[in-house]
Amino acid sequence: MEAATRGCQCHALRAQDERYKRLGEIIAQYAGQPGALIPVLHHAQEVFGYLPHDVQVLVAEGLDVPLSEVDGVITFYSLFTSEPRGKYKIGICLGTACYVKGAAAVLEELKKQVGVDIGKTSADGLFTLEVTRCVGACGLAPVMTIGDDVYGRLTPEDVAGILDKYIQAEKNGKA
Amino acid sequence: MAEYRTHVLVCAGAGCVSSNCKAVEAALQDELEQVGLAEEVKVVETGCIGTCDLGPVMVVYPEGVFYQKLTPDDAREIVNEHFLKGRIVRRLLYKAPQSEELVERAEDMDFFRRQYRIALRNTGVINPEVIEEYIARDGYAALGKVLSEMSQEQVIDEIKKSCLRGRGGAGFPTGLKWEFTYKAPGEEKYVVCNADEGDPGAFMDRSILEGDPHTLIEAMAIAGYAVGARQGFVYVRAEYPLAVERLSMALEQARSYGLLGENIFGTDFSFDIGIRVGAGAFVCGEETALLTSIEGKRGEPRPRPPFPAVKGVFGKPTLLSNVETYANICPIILHGADWFLGIGTEKSKGTKVFAIAGDINNTGLVEVPMGTTLREIVFEIGGGIPHGKRFKAAQTGGPSGGCLTTEHLDIHVDYESLKQVGSMMGSGGLIVMDEDTCMVDIARFFLDFTRDESCGKCTPCRIGTTRMLEILTRITEGKGEEGDIEKLEALAHAIKAGSLCGLGQSAPNPVLSTLHYFRDEYEAHIREKRCPAGHCIALLKFVVDPELCRGCGLCTKVCPVGAISGKRREPHQIDTDLCTKCGACQEKCPFDAISRH
Ligand SMILES: Cc1cc2nc3c(=O)[nH]c(=O)nc-3n(C[C@H](O)[C@H](O)[C@H](O)COP(=O)(O)O)c2cc1C
Ligand code: SF4
Ligand code: SF4
Ligand code: FES
Ligand code: FES
Repeated sequence: MEAATRGCQCHALRAQDERYKRLGEIIAQYAGQPGALIPVLHHAQEVFGYLPHDVQVLVAEGLDVPLSEVDGVITFYSLFTSEPRGKYKIGICLGTACYVKGAAAVLEELKKQVGVDIGKTSADGLFTLEVTRCVGACGLAPVMTIGDDVYGRLTPEDVAGILDKYIQAEKNGKA
Repeated sequence: MAEYRTHVLVCAGAGCVSSNCKAVEAALQDELEQVGLAEEVKVVETGCIGTCDLGPVMVVYPEGVFYQKLTPDDAREIVNEHFLKGRIVRRLLYKAPQSEELVERAEDMDFFRRQYRIALRNTGVINPEVIEEYIARDGYAALGKVLSEMSQEQVIDEIKKSCLRGRGGAGFPTGLKWEFTYKAPGEEKYVVCNADEGDPGAFMDRSILEGDPHTLIEAMAIAGYAVGARQGFVYVRAEYPLAVERLSMALEQARSYGLLGENIFGTDFSFDIGIRVGAGAFVCGEETALLTSIEGKRGEPRPRPPFPAVKGVFGKPTLLSNVETYANICPIILHGADWFLGIGTEKSKGTKVFAIAGDINNTGLVEVPMGTTLREIVFEIGGGIPHGKRFKAAQTGGPSGGCLTTEHLDIHVDYESLKQVGSMMGSGGLIVMDEDTCMVDIARFFLDFTRDESCGKCTPCRIGTTRMLEILTRITEGKGEEGDIEKLEALAHAIKAGSLCGLGQSAPNPVLSTLHYFRDEYEAHIREKRCPAGHCIALLKFVVDPELCRGCGLCTKVCPVGAISGKRREPHQIDTDLCTKCGACQEKCPFDAISRH
């Protein structure tokens, strides 16, 4: 998965990759500003979907902070990840309002349907299952997000149908 | 705006967006075009109106008719019936949960009638994306007044005099913070807004950011002037993308109007605000951790003193307050401290916004005077508990707080009264729990949260919360032992004493509070291996009531392990040794003959 970081063609590969160009622009935009590391990591993760080692190295060099500090920040904040993730991030809310309204049962159903445990990505690379702690839509508890979409007033029975929308969209997109 | 005969406020708050209000609004606009009313009816997209679980909602003025749970077709019907023919669409009105009566106007709904809106004065009323709407409601008048008529000391005195206290949790007097920051030596100072809103189950700050972002900008500029800062930061949690979007838009507008930037209102005061987005760490809501996070580092708390007012972001004096605290500033400046002092209780002035959620009929956002009773909030404004269940408890203060029980329904909610009964005001999250909620499991839930979110710096917090969680988990799984309660208490006190920041110091509170008010539930789990609320799966027994069972046999078909047997038309039995407690039979039984104990 990190072929680009190894071997001698990495520079050639990177040069062709739009994403690295974007990263260069982001770093240039923030370099020299105090407190730039977290905003830059946010942008980088948006571009790459995660924060692979070579991106961390480029950020460290570009912002002139030690690599250990970049790593320390990534491991501290739960939204940063150095592992690739599925195309859609499912965030099941386990905030208090959602928990009281039965989010645990929805989570169990999600585990069953996606076929993975919390923090893991489905074999087809489509979904990553994660727990969030309140997205501020507590009035609609229990709530989950898939990518940018928010689903409220969930019951375990709703889960299969919702997931299917993404699975079908994927199939049609590829066809 | 006078040429419009009707204004329709359509909520576009986060809750309603996820109930698909955008499609409702599109249908509304489209139908208005089609019937030729687009010139007469103005549609205004607002922030959260407060009644999130009734979304999508709209309010039609001048009458103030409140429509709820709308679909795009409903919107078209409203255009044709209400706007064209003047007939209210009764089936889309709100039905009061207790009396079951239809209520036509928003102002007649208990939910709105009992509120007093200061911080939320514009939320749900104006379009947050249009600065002119804010300005039309006295927006930026307070900043103008401050810059043209008041000295820095006068501004600080007015805030001090108002007795406004921080709405982010601790209730520290806001005016004093302003004074400390003002007096702290140093040329470079900062103003920071804590919009991390970490209490899971609370969304007051989110609604203000999304529904009235200019009130925050204006208040931070006033604070900047008063303490002598040129730069502000708003630290918003990453889970609130819409808030970031609306705030960014508002900042751009304010800059283009010369309300932020160099020489505001032609004075020599210059001020601007940047946004910092969190990255999913609850502890970053703690003020010293938040400041470190703005600096781009791991958000670990540090000891206080020095307090942020002396040594804050980038080591400079920093004023740090919560969103709702700032949202009170402009009204205080405009109407004066004396007006504010007339609202609330002796020691807690003004109002408090609560996010009511959980087992309650009207979930949503409400702002009430300090001193309103818990009963009024839960039963009158909140409409009581759904499905005729009994009220059991309400949690305030989130994972740092405690629970209130039926014996507390008549306390007048303010900072002092909540503290007295072992809870705290916190940021305003109020989670209502009905009789089916297991308080041991709730305590376990909060410990799971704090253990997850401990930054790990202090051993008592890191290891202690893990140990407490283990014990609580054991108890809910029916493996509790004699002495567990005492162990929990000992751990709680060790964690409180040995933790650096508020997260650790308050993490044991939900356990101590439930132990205090619901000790018998812990004991039932430990000694009798019984969950009185019928929630903890491992302790449940599914039984068939022979009186109610008609022997239809449906349950035998859904039971995945074949634990149910019986002859047709005769009472069935569940073999508890085989039963995996999946609950499938209980759901299936058409006669409610299966219960769990
Ligand atoms: C673990 C922890 C989490 C906190 N989270 C928040 C938060 O999300 N929002 C907030 O305004 N204050 C939070 N606080 C309180 C802040 O440290 C600080 O007291 C507050 O933001 C000050 O603003 P105020 O004076 O306007 O209340 C938290 C405190 C602790 C210990
Ligand atoms: S008390 Fe807990 S969260 Fe706070 S600094 Fe210590 S370890 Fe971190
Ligand atoms: S479904 Fe209900 S009524 Fe029918 S056999 Fe089972 S327990 Fe009896
Ligand atoms: S608790 Fe789940 S959205 Fe707030
Ligand atoms: S989001 Fe629409 S009422 Fe709260």
